Amino acid sequence: MENLQVEDRLNLKAKKFLMWLFIIASFMMFAALTSGFIVYTEGNIERGIKVLLPKAFMYSSVIIILSSLTAHMAYLSAKGLQFAKQKLYIGITILLGIAFFYSQFQAWQALYNSGAYFVNYNASQSFIYVFSGAHLIHVLVGLFFLLYALIGVFRNVPQVRNVFRMEIASIFWHFLDILWIYLYVFLLLNQ
Amino acid sequence: MASTATHDSAVLHQHDDHGHGHHKETFITKYIFSQDHKMIAKQFLITGIVMAVVAMILSILFRLQLAWPDQSFPLLETFLGEKWAEGGRIKPDFYLAIVTIHGTMMVFFVLTAGLSGTFSNLLIPLQLGARDMASPFLNMISYWLFFLSCVIMMCSFFVESGPASSGWTVYPPLSALPKAISGSGTGMTLWLISMVLFVASALIGALNYISTILNMRTKGMDMWKMPLTIWAFFLTAIVGVLSFPVLVSAVVLLIFDRSFGTSFYLSDIVVAGQVLPNQGGSPVLWQHLFWFLGHPEVYIVIMPALGITSEVIATNSRKPIFGYHAMVYSLIGITVLSFIVWGHHMFITGMNPFLGGVFMITTLIIAVPSAVKTFNYLATIWRGNLRFTPAMLFAIGLVSFFISGGLTGLFLGNAALDINLHDTYFVVAHFHLVMGCAAIFGMLCGVYHWYPRLFGRMMDERLGYLHFWVTFVCAYLVFFPMHFMGIDGVPRRYYAFTEFAFMQEWLTVNVFITWSAIISALAQVAFLWNFFYSIFYGKKAPQNPWESTTLEWTAPVEHLHGNWPGEIPSVHRWPYDYSKPGHHTDFIPQTTPFSETMSSNLLHDFEGSAEAEHIQQEWNKEHASERNTPEQV
Ligand code: HEM
Ligand SMILES: [Cu+2]
Repeated sequence: MENLQVEDRLNLKAKKFLMWLFIIASFMMFAALTSGFIVYTEGNIERGIKVLLPKAFMYSSVIIILSSLTAHMAYLSAKGLQFAKQKLYIGITILLGIAFFYSQFQAWQALYNSGAYFVNYNASQSFIYVFSGAHLIHVLVGLFFLLYALIGVFRNVPQVRNVFRMEIASIFWHFLDILWIYLYVFLLLNQ
Repeated sequence: MASTATHDSAVLHQHDDHGHGHHKETFITKYIFSQDHKMIAKQFLITGIVMAVVAMILSILFRLQLAWPDQSFPLLETFLGEKWAEGGRIKPDFYLAIVTIHGTMMVFFVLTAGLSGTFSNLLIPLQLGARDMASPFLNMISYWLFFLSCVIMMCSFFVESGPASSGWTVYPPLSALPKAISGSGTGMTLWLISMVLFVASALIGALNYISTILNMRTKGMDMWKMPLTIWAFFLTAIVGVLSFPVLVSAVVLLIFDRSFGTSFYLSDIVVAGQVLPNQGGSPVLWQHLFWFLGHPEVYIVIMPALGITSEVIATNSRKPIFGYHAMVYSLIGITVLSFIVWGHHMFITGMNPFLGGVFMITTLIIAVPSAVKTFNYLATIWRGNLRFTPAMLFAIGLVSFFISGGLTGLFLGNAALDINLHDTYFVVAHFHLVMGCAAIFGMLCGVYHWYPRLFGRMMDERLGYLHFWVTFVCAYLVFFPMHFMGIDGVPRRYYAFTEFAFMQEWLTVNVFITWSAIISALAQVAFLWNFFYSIFYGKKAPQNPWESTTLEWTAPVEHLHGNWPGEIPSVHRWPYDYSKPGHHTDFIPQTTPFSETMSSNLLHDFEGSAEAEHIQQEWNKEHASERNTPEQV
């Protein structure tokens, strides 16, 4: 049994590495979208965002930064064998994630109300939806990772596995945080 | 298995205990939803071969049309029905569809998934000494996504409006307006879905390959002791991870344009006299995004083939590969450069001439690492102790195609020349030689070489020679004349050469090309027969049929889950110790420690370990008289 756990840990390192690679891949996807935006708007004054970004994006940013903190707390509690706390923090992170969703939808609503529709002959404005939408899909995946970690604690999986799941979930969650900040700053700079 | 593993000290070996003791394999887990990398490799290979046959048949169909545009083939109507071949002639819509699907299947399904999928899966764990991939489960998912993507692409032949028809590069607006041509409808949607699944599969595969190579090498296998195949697969996977996501982004935007009415790629379009509302989009944006993947993609196709060739040429020349480090550095150079040359596909899009100049320079620089590799192959073969196995012939074939196709790349890479050559048959000739033929030959070379490892049996050599010679000669006969057509300005993808006087002259050449294509297609039957027959009735394979040095030949011929029954062998030397002076056989496996080969060790083998050098020098002094035999000076 003990050997099995050691073996697990050996393979877990390779598996954790998979997560980093996955992050690189999804970063490339967003890099492509943002460079697409640059190519699209480049040298043409008629194109560009041309609306004020909704306040809700700001709230979203605050929410996701907070959730990144709680995700880290959950990870620390997992390492410190404080499972009750771990559950609590994962729970809070998931709730914040859902709040993030809500806030992004609010932002879309606000954009829509200000006349920046998704179906738009100025694709710069459509790009805002694409950025945030693609990011939201990633958040959905992140929520699944968190849920998977949460189920792990409730089921009392071995500690190596628990920490592994927690690590995967929190690495990804921090990435989502940074990614959103990148997108938001990118949009602000091009406003 | 459990009993043989008991003496193992290292914990690693718990794995096969685990694999065999705890759960029984059923037919489904063994052959269908298998998580064993060797089985997944076979699945990729066989699916790839099936796709290759389909794509090849498509090519013969459009070759018939090009050679005899006015002639009716009643048989075609029988097979394809009235819709696509009314009166026995391929219809224009169908012609465009089969050209498109031929390209897509060959580039993505055969030469990306079929090639990388097969050999990365087979060789990465076996040559590195790992029990399996980092995540066998994801590996299985990767295959099934690929399978699904093939099925969806095939389904597009059965929808009312036919498969996608805007070329394998699916440029908008043809691909963005469902009403543009019949292939832009459901067929295009299926193409996009299939491609997204394919990218997911390729990415998952690539992540697994990288993680396995970086984390799961056996003891002693440092990066500089890896066979060149592994280096090639590694860098290919890196290129994949960095470029495939870009295609996803491009496709997502295209889907929005198609189905939601956005205008990322669309502007100022009139369809059938009606002005479309879409404004402000840029079709060139698609080209940027597509070629940012598209150019690296061609290297994703060729690099594994180059890796396989390095291995096969060294083994069958009985010589160390010439310039191992140079080979690795040129692969790295190609990897880096492949990301900054995509603009050479877009010289005539109205690109800023200065930018065109930059892309021209980067493009021409990429010829340098390519040439280094070519010279190294030739230098390895030079005065080698050549063994012309079918695999070796295919490897030499690859080198030949890589040279003749690479040379024309230099012409195309010049922005000024490309104005004339772009979208002509010259480009078709270029990429079929350098990518199509070279990579297919690399893949076939791999199949012939590692068949004993895949199926535990040997393929028939004589059929292999037949297959090689006919294919090799016919491939040149098919593609070489296309250069001249291209220089004369004959455009690619045209349905018939009958409308323009200057193109009509080329009809006779088309007839010649088509006959060559038919003969080379028939030669593939020899391969298919050989391949499938030998799975069941081939000669049983010996342990190490090619007298190779690498680890995969130390694993038992019978496949085991976990690859090696006992401890994983550890590695002591680089993979190219062929014909080392002073040793009694002409190859020394990577598993042989230096202590067993005192008569052939060189001081630089020890990588600066003073102690080992000292021991060796002592030994040399003791045996000085024996070692001074004339044959060794
Ligand atoms: C010496 C190095 C090479 C140079 C300088 C070069 C240059 C070029 C250029 C400039 C084009 C664009 C032609 C046009 O559309 O007008 C082109 C097309 C192409 N090249 Fe190369 N190439 C090289 C090697 C390769 C290799 C190694 C591969 C694949 C393994 C490859 C695959 C292709 C393909 C597939 C296309 C055509 C794509 C299409 O339009 O459908 N090339 N090459
Ligand atoms: Cu290119």
